[in-house]
Amino acid sequence: MIKLQNIHKSYDMGSNKLHVLKGIDLNVGQGEMVSIMGSSGSGKSTLLNIIGLLDNHDEGDFYLDGMLIRDMNETKAARLRNQFIGFVFQSFNLISFKNAVENVALPLYYQGVPRRKRNKTAMEYLEKVGLTDWAEHLPSELSGGQKQRLAIARAMISQPKIILADEPTGALDSVTSMEVMELFKEINQSGITILIVTHENDIAHLTQRIIKLHDGLINSDHKNGHHQPLNVQAIAV
Amino acid sequence: MFDRDRWQEIWSSLSKNKLRTVLTAFGVFWGIFMLMIMLGSGSGLENGVMNGMGDFATNSVFMWTRPTSIPYKGLPRNRRFYYRNNDIQALKDNIPELALVSPRLEGGGRNSGNNVIRNNKAGAFSVYGDYPEWNQIDPVNVPMGRFINQIDIEQKRKVAVIGKRVYEVLFEKDEDPIGKYIRINGIYFQVVGMFTPKNQNMNFGGDKEQSIHLPFTTLQQAFNYGDIVGWFALTSKPGIPVTIIEEKAKTLLKERHKVAPEDERAIGYFNLDKQFRQMTGLFTGISGLIWVVGIGTLMAGVIGISNIMLVIVKERTKEIGIMRAIGASPSKVMGQIITESVFLTTLAGYGGLVLGVAIIELINKNLPAPDNGETMFLNPTIDFKVAILALLILIVSGAIAGLIPARRAVSIKPIDALRYE
Repeated sequence: MIKLQNIHKSYDMGSNKLHVLKGIDLNVGQGEMVSIMGSSGSGKSTLLNIIGLLDNHDEGDFYLDGMLIRDMNETKAARLRNQFIGFVFQSFNLISFKNAVENVALPLYYQGVPRRKRNKTAMEYLEKVGLTDWAEHLPSELSGGQKQRLAIARAMISQPKIILADEPTGALDSVTSMEVMELFKEINQSGITILIVTHENDIAHLTQRIIKLHDGLINSDHKNGHHQPLNVQAIAV
Repeated sequence: MFDRDRWQEIWSSLSKNKLRTVLTAFGVFWGIFMLMIMLGSGSGLENGVMNGMGDFATNSVFMWTRPTSIPYKGLPRNRRFYYRNNDIQALKDNIPELALVSPRLEGGGRNSGNNVIRNNKAGAFSVYGDYPEWNQIDPVNVPMGRFINQIDIEQKRKVAVIGKRVYEVLFEKDEDPIGKYIRINGIYFQVVGMFTPKNQNMNFGGDKEQSIHLPFTTLQQAFNYGDIVGWFALTSKPGIPVTIIEEKAKTLLKERHKVAPEDERAIGYFNLDKQFRQMTGLFTGISGLIWVVGIGTLMAGVIGISNIMLVIVKERTKEIGIMRAIGASPSKVMGQIITESVFLTTLAGYGGLVLGVAIIELINKNLPAPDNGETMFLNPTIDFKVAILALLILIVSGAIAGLIPARRAVSIKPIDALRYE
């Protein structure tokens, strides 16, 4: 699903260059649930942004679903993001003037789906994340956990192949964090690939595979043997 | 264009800072409002002045005689000469471009005291000898009776067509003047018509309402003018410049009266066409100035809108970043911002347009009706086409105002926009 070969990325910081990614090789298959860890500045967010087509890489080959991504113009990138990728952010990034159902329906709006139809679909996804009763509420009227579930519903509505989550639990308490992770797991079981950037060990341990970045290189990449501890399930329920 | 989400977004973005939006919109509102008021006033001024010209034939030239300034064919300089009756036919025969030839004779003015008497009433009025053609050069309304006709000329009838003021002075209120006699300089004339002038801004000394038209030939004979013609009014055929008949008539008349061809002073003339063109040019100039000033004011407003759109786009950087992350294409984002700008500009401008037109209409309605055509301001109106044009200008300038902010919005990479705080 995602194939990275020797990916480099650097930023111009005035006179000197900041080399953030120094040759990343990574393969993520379909249906995997992977967490990316690393200290701040290790390049984990940059990596996620490149995979999410929000940023370009400087060097190396990047295949998304078998498609070589190179020199993409913004219009094409926007369309691919819309169809292939769902985003979940630490700060939720909901549109403040749209209510819950409109926020969820927004990706379909950019696909040109008629309002009635996309709102109907959005209601189905709201039901999946348990927010049916909050459909007409604005984001400002929701709690942090509800906002993140709303964001997840929005990420799922265009039926993407990949969901990219950048510190999805960073702004949540531990109980709601577990609820959100439980939701991700359910989504993952339907065959969608999920990449989660996090610096919390217990969050990472809920995924099947943990990749650790250090100074722009992959430090370790191992399968997580006990990714579904019983006590976590008990909390989630 | 008409989907709800687009308008919801526009409303949300504009209503976030309502005072700012209103103040910005006011710039465009005022620009269009001023343009409409100025255009309306300009048209009012033009209508007023042009109405004063009434139906006066503007393709006309008037010619009279003056003392010669050059000795010629044994005749001295400073010689006085007169046009004669046979000049009328000569002009008609030799200048095919002529449409009308109307000779006129001024028979004793009002300056010499009360020259017109009826019973115990008297007044001082201008007396003119005219051909029927005069009514096509300086047309009048004839609410009672008729104007001079060809038979009056041929039979030298002692009839008179009197102005409204003459009627008021010499007759009782509601008295029928037709068939009654008045005495002009001691000779009785039968009144056959009463006229009111169609215009007052064009006259030949004195109030037209205080004048009397007699048949040209009658006046010549009754007051011993022989075959002298006072002056000529000439008009050109449609499409022929008045200057051509002016030159030809001058040459012909000089030749017939033994005036040196190079004598520029012997024939006095007034080319109304030239004056009229100058006046039309003046109004074109005024109207051009109005547009320049109006468009300038409008542009100032539009630049204000563009500025505020830039601020709005900057404030919404993160929001736009989110939208782009979940699939809004650059053209969609640009379209959204341009629509917003066009909407704001058009709404504000339309407000100014409506208010401007309403005020002009109000002025038009409450403007006192001009009596006897003496006015400098009449029927201020705004052409419907001009209003449509102004709206088009608004839409286009709104789009231009939105273009720079829209480009700014998509020039930032989505990732930078997302990180923006």
